[in-house]
Amino acid sequence: MTDAAAPRPGGAMVEFDGVGLRYGPDAEVLSDISFNLQPGSFYFLTGASGAGKTSLLKMLYLAQRPSRGIVRLFGEDLVSMPRQRLPGFRRRIGVVFQDFRLIPHLSARDNIALPLRIAGVGEDDLSGPVGEMLSWIGLGDRAEAHPATLSGGEQQRVAIARAVIARPQLLVADEPTGNVDPEMATRLLGLFEALNRLGTTVVVATHDIHLISRIENAQMMRLEKGRLADPTGALRYPPANRA
Amino acid sequence: MIIPRVPVQHRRLLPDRRLSGPTPWVIAILMMLTLLAAAAGVGLARSANAIGSAIAGRVTVQIVTPNPVTRAEQAAALRRAAAAQPFVLSARAVDREELQATLGQWFGSADGDDPVLNSLPLPALVDIDFVGENRSRHMQELRALVAAEAPGARIIPHAEWLGPVAQLIGSLAWIAGALVILMTLASAAVVIMTARAALGTHFATIEMLHLIGATDRQITRLFQRRIAIDTAYGIALGTAVAAALLLLIGWQWAGVTSGLAATASLGPGGWALLLALPLLAIALAALTARQTLLAALKKIL
Repeated sequence: MTDAAAPRPGGAMVEFDGVGLRYGPDAEVLSDISFNLQPGSFYFLTGASGAGKTSLLKMLYLAQRPSRGIVRLFGEDLVSMPRQRLPGFRRRIGVVFQDFRLIPHLSARDNIALPLRIAGVGEDDLSGPVGEMLSWIGLGDRAEAHPATLSGGEQQRVAIARAVIARPQLLVADEPTGNVDPEMATRLLGLFEALNRLGTTVVVATHDIHLISRIENAQMMRLEKGRLADPTGALRYPPANRA
Repeated sequence: MIIPRVPVQHRRLLPDRRLSGPTPWVIAILMMLTLLAAAAGVGLARSANAIGSAIAGRVTVQIVTPNPVTRAEQAAALRRAAAAQPFVLSARAVDREELQATLGQWFGSADGDDPVLNSLPLPALVDIDFVGENRSRHMQELRALVAAEAPGARIIPHAEWLGPVAQLIGSLAWIAGALVILMTLASAAVVIMTARAALGTHFATIEMLHLIGATDRQITRLFQRRIAIDTAYGIALGTAVAAALLLLIGWQWAGVTSGLAATASLGPGGWALLLALPLLAIALAALTARQTLLAALKKIL
């Protein structure tokens, strides 16, 4: 079996080639999407509402298979991959959802610990990292609070902590700073940047142009009406791979 | 394993409240009815078997010779001759007092002093039990014997007049068995609906668990455990009520010592079946829940 923990040397972490996506019999919401994401890179995904950002992210975090085209993740073809192999890949991807998707009857601590528990980490080994993460997002004193008692910003911080607690190889975030104040947005972006420095590939979908300007060397992907605008070819043929 | 082991921390992924609402109560009612139907089926089947084996090899020879002295002599001669035959297990002349006592129940006087009853020209009866299973041949040999010892006497095989009763009881036993199967299927349907409802209610949680890498097996075990426990509560309640009712019926049945009713009992095998049914029901519920959940999860990427 191919080791999916790391992409092929010199290869892309994510490869989309001629990908299209349609829901049911309707027209394609995404058409002819082709790009490569390099390991350890930072990407912003932008586009107007309805351009297909969330649909593209869904394919990235394996909630959706494409209707056509090729999707490779960590060097493996995901289109034809049996679904029983998907959980192993999903554990290498952290996701921050626009609507947080916290489990309402679990405390902030338990929500953050969820990926570790699912991965089989013992209770003794997860209390440290979860406590550190709670402190880092400034919710150390609200560890036992349930999502309904947290503000929107606090919920978003918990969602981000849950996405990064297992040190994913790929972090996908859909409007991660939409509900937090500028100071917290800066801190969260700092966390993403720190993870990126440690080798995590980060993809952030956002409307916030100021956010984009804060990350040096970040590449931008822009979706327009379901098609990827890549006038420079930087995504399909990134500088590192050019002859 | 009927109720899968799930780490305590994982159990909290489902809310503490019961998933299934009325499910334990519906299962309790179905389980109680299943056990009562099973008990009825076992009792009736045993009764049908007991009656069938009791009447299969027995005949009564009815001697109606007008002269009472000749009638009594023919009855005695037939009893002696029959008892000497190798195909006869036993031969017994029914006493006049026994006949009068039986008829007295219908005449309203059991003490034998009823003048009407005493004046009736009662036939002489000889009960004969055959040896072995070759009954048609034994009947031929008996007819020849009766023709020689008591010409004009009538031979009545008990299977002719009690057979339909035994068949009816047997049919009722089969109907009870069919009811057990139908109620088992209904219980399985309730579990399937419960599992589907639980999946619908907790779809957001399931989707989240999937997206952070939970396997179908991990998710299924969570729900299977909860549904199996809920169902087990219902089964335990239904079993307790059914057991109380059966003990009450059994206590009242113990006073019935005559007629067909006395042949009905559960026996050790019947009680073992009744004890096994709740365990089988829990296993069936857990298996049904598991298969329903796995089938539903396969529809989600």
